[in-house]
Amino acid sequence: MTTAVKVDRVALVVLALLALVPFQSLFYDLFLMKVFCFAIFAMSLNLLLGYAGLLSFGHAAFFGAAAYVTSHVIKEWQLSTEISILLGVAVATALGYIFGSLAIRRQGIYFAMITLALAQIIDFMANQLPFTNGEDGIQGVPRGMLFGLIDLSDSTPMYYFSLVVFALAFFFVKRVVYSPFGQVLKSIRENEPRAISLGYDVDRYKRLAFTLSAGLAGLAGALKCLVLQLASLTDVHWHTSGEVVLMTILGGIGTLWGPVAGAAIVVNLNNYLANFGGWSTIILGFIFVICVLAFRRGIVGEIAHRFNIKL
Amino acid sequence: MFELLGITPQALGAQLLIGLINGSFYALLSLGLAVIFGLLNVINFTHGAQYMLGAMFTWIGLTQLGYWLDIEDGLEVGYFVMLFVAPLLVGLLSIGMEKTMLKRLYHLDHLYGLLLTFGCALVIEGMFRHWYGVLGDSYPVPELLDGGLRVSGLYLPYYRLWVLAVALLMCFLTWYVIERTKLGSLLRAGTENPKLLQSFGVNVPLIVTLTYGAGCALAAFAGVLAAPIYQVTAIMGSNLIIVVFAVVVIGGMGSIAGSIITGLGLGVIEGLTKVFYPEASSVSIFVIMVLVLLLKPAGLFGKVR
Amino acid sequence: MRKTVLATVVGASLIAMSGSTYAQSITDNEVRIGVLTDLSAIYSDIEGPGAVTAAKMAVKDFGGKVLGKKITVLSADTQSKADLSGSKARELFEKDKADMLIGNVSTASALAAMEVADQKGKITIVTGAASLPITNEKCTATNIHYVYDTYALSRGTGKAVVDTGKKDWFFVTADYAFGHTLERDTSEVVVANGGKVVGGVKHPIKTQDFSSFMAQAQASGAQVIGLANAGGDTIGSVKQAAELGIMGSKQTVVPLLMFISDVQALGLKQTSGMSFTVGWYWDYNEANRKFAKRFMKEFKGKAPTSVQAGVYSATMQYLKAIEATKTDDAAAVMKHLRSVEIDDGLFKGKIRADGKFEHDMYLLQVKSPKESKNKNDVAKVVKVIAAKDATLPISESKCKLVQK
Repeated sequence: MTTAVKVDRVALVVLALLALVPFQSLFYDLFLMKVFCFAIFAMSLNLLLGYAGLLSFGHAAFFGAAAYVTSHVIKEWQLSTEISILLGVAVATALGYIFGSLAIRRQGIYFAMITLALAQIIDFMANQLPFTNGEDGIQGVPRGMLFGLIDLSDSTPMYYFSLVVFALAFFFVKRVVYSPFGQVLKSIRENEPRAISLGYDVDRYKRLAFTLSAGLAGLAGALKCLVLQLASLTDVHWHTSGEVVLMTILGGIGTLWGPVAGAAIVVNLNNYLANFGGWSTIILGFIFVICVLAFRRGIVGEIAHRFNIKL
Repeated sequence: MFELLGITPQALGAQLLIGLINGSFYALLSLGLAVIFGLLNVINFTHGAQYMLGAMFTWIGLTQLGYWLDIEDGLEVGYFVMLFVAPLLVGLLSIGMEKTMLKRLYHLDHLYGLLLTFGCALVIEGMFRHWYGVLGDSYPVPELLDGGLRVSGLYLPYYRLWVLAVALLMCFLTWYVIERTKLGSLLRAGTENPKLLQSFGVNVPLIVTLTYGAGCALAAFAGVLAAPIYQVTAIMGSNLIIVVFAVVVIGGMGSIAGSIITGLGLGVIEGLTKVFYPEASSVSIFVIMVLVLLLKPAGLFGKVR
Repeated sequence: MRKTVLATVVGASLIAMSGSTYAQSITDNEVRIGVLTDLSAIYSDIEGPGAVTAAKMAVKDFGGKVLGKKITVLSADTQSKADLSGSKARELFEKDKADMLIGNVSTASALAAMEVADQKGKITIVTGAASLPITNEKCTATNIHYVYDTYALSRGTGKAVVDTGKKDWFFVTADYAFGHTLERDTSEVVVANGGKVVGGVKHPIKTQDFSSFMAQAQASGAQVIGLANAGGDTIGSVKQAAELGIMGSKQTVVPLLMFISDVQALGLKQTSGMSFTVGWYWDYNEANRKFAKRFMKEFKGKAPTSVQAGVYSATMQYLKAIEATKTDDAAAVMKHLRSVEIDDGLFKGKIRADGKFEHDMYLLQVKSPKESKNKNDVAKVVKVIAAKDATLPISESKCKLVQK
């Protein structure tokens, strides 16, 4: 009981600090919005990997699909912001249900490979379907009017909107993880045969976890296309799937704040190293290696372990 | 009938042959991966980078050594020498990697081995991208193998036929060693029950290390073969790696024969797709992978672990 | 005495006022040029770090200061990815206070940057990207397309090759918008000049192995195999064409988009005899050679590509425009740039209302290894294509800025 309240305090402090960002000039608000998107993306993968023990190598499919759908409906059909986002999330969730049902039939590396293959098919479709504009992507995506009332084209209202979405996503994940459903997922990860023998319909749980994860990844994608006002082929490429795995591992699998920290670090690194050309890949790879060898718990995981708190 | 398909029988034959040759590449590469996974339970994501190293060392041997060592007339290490030297070098480097890093992860989930090798691949590729850029350089076809066969309006380069022959030979040799020799049976025993084998006095960790080195050397060997055909660039491996993974998964992760047959088969199917629906040629393998995995759990020739 | 004092006071205040007028007209007292390009990925050799060098050379040659204010060159890496381009463009404008973006190789990246710049009312100069829509359907009021576009490539190469008697064409096309546009435009020119398109094949972008596609081209027997692709795909196509013995046979390979950096990567043995169009070539005249020699000293002995020379020239013109209009306000600078005749020894021509810089293009032919004296001596100019033949007539333009 006490530890749960402590985390809430951490969350509130972090969120309060983040709310003050537009009033200072040290942190660039567009950059933080990008971090929120990838934090949600990493949280979605963590839900699957850290709590259900399933590694998906194709999460970019959901991220990108939602980005394209949201961009298209808000630009061509002029729907309001929240409806466009909901449509993007809906498509990602539906895809997640289909892909999940196909993938969970297999275990371990085969599961991961199926998710990769399915994502490649989405990548192919993104290249071929006319509405995605192929290489050019969907550009100049308007941010639209939230609830038909609030104009989000300006940085500041958009920032607060992203912050709210991020907070909601975070608390949603927390709720799922600490719910009975989340506990069953953890038990499946620890010892699947045991869970089956206890009478749980393991496949149903996995499928639901996958679908939720996909929907959340879709939320990240929908938000991203509004923040950066662009949906492109990078969003569905397998490098993006690989990057989000890196974020989750770096931050700490199976922790709540891990993916957030991981996303912040990787986005920052990519940004900072972008001007050094080839170095960014080298350093990213290096961090990956160090993490896997020495920091398997990830940064947040190590902190949580050291100070014996739940993060 | 062929006119209906829009292609002459000779042209179709040429396309099938090209597909077979590409397939032999896939087979050679997936062989290395299958050996490593089958015997070590490690998914070697660095395979693409090791393939690239094979090609890069070959190119360096021909063009850069004289410059580095400050030799007046230049020093050229030819293609045929590199066929042996490059795999050896890469094999040694990978053994180094295995002993210092990979070894520590054997007791954990496969996932960590995969992630480690993924990270190593990024580092190796990043370094070469930094030094040699992305457009890469050309490696000439060795003079001995230059030229080709002119058969009814089509041109079959000798070099490609050489690649086909050598790749098939290598695949057969590897399969033979693993399935038919004592060394191979030791390896297979080592995967099924390492402790038991160790109690017989066999140095299992040594065998594991050597096997990893051999698998990576196979990748480098494919790289040397590839140098005269594809542009030698830092990213040539990453372009190929996920296709090769698909091949291994379809064939069955532990099956040597499976990877060879699947590699060849998929090369042919991809070749046909390039004729009839070329835009989809790069995604055809993934569609097949999904279908196969749904129908046959451990791949076409694999055994469920 | 009083008159002297009065004169001094008047004089001093006039000087003070004109000083402050300058200060008001240059935002933040500094002119910042943002080189937004691919520094590390597929198109880094065409534009990339060389473009940053070129921009810095221009600033140095200009004197380092304009209207008494410092000039700074910033740069950012887009890796030829549209989303990176968009966010880097935004960052350069919002955080680094860039006044202008130059470079923008890869059409998707260029469009993303143009979009951001248009929202902010700032100037973009596109040197590396190719597609016609940049000054056609997607034109913006603050954009200039400096070096070349797909229209020039298709007209230039297409017509020139057909005029040499090679009339039957087979296209190897990259299956995306750019490839399709290039193929379509070139086909139109070929047919309009008496040629024929006998067939074609579309390949996925970033293909590794072209042997299958080139074999199909070979089997067609067409005199010309037109490559409607770019970068690594073009290199792969040429390499496998050489391997299949197409080079030096009765069939000619014509890459529709190529740069000298691609030729250098492939080597002369595999490319000699090929023709392609560029907006500028270093060995064409004395002025170009002089500039190239200076560039080579700064940039690892490599001759500048047409795009890199374009960055130098455009940066110079931009600074000159600021000096002439006494402000860095985008609208004023654009107006000036569109009004002057540009003739700086490297490029000669005029920028139109839709932002297109109308100038001559050059048809190059790759030299044989025997003819080439050093690693930069890769081609000779065989034809000059007049500006008006290489540019979409403004009457046919779909740009909203020039439509009535």
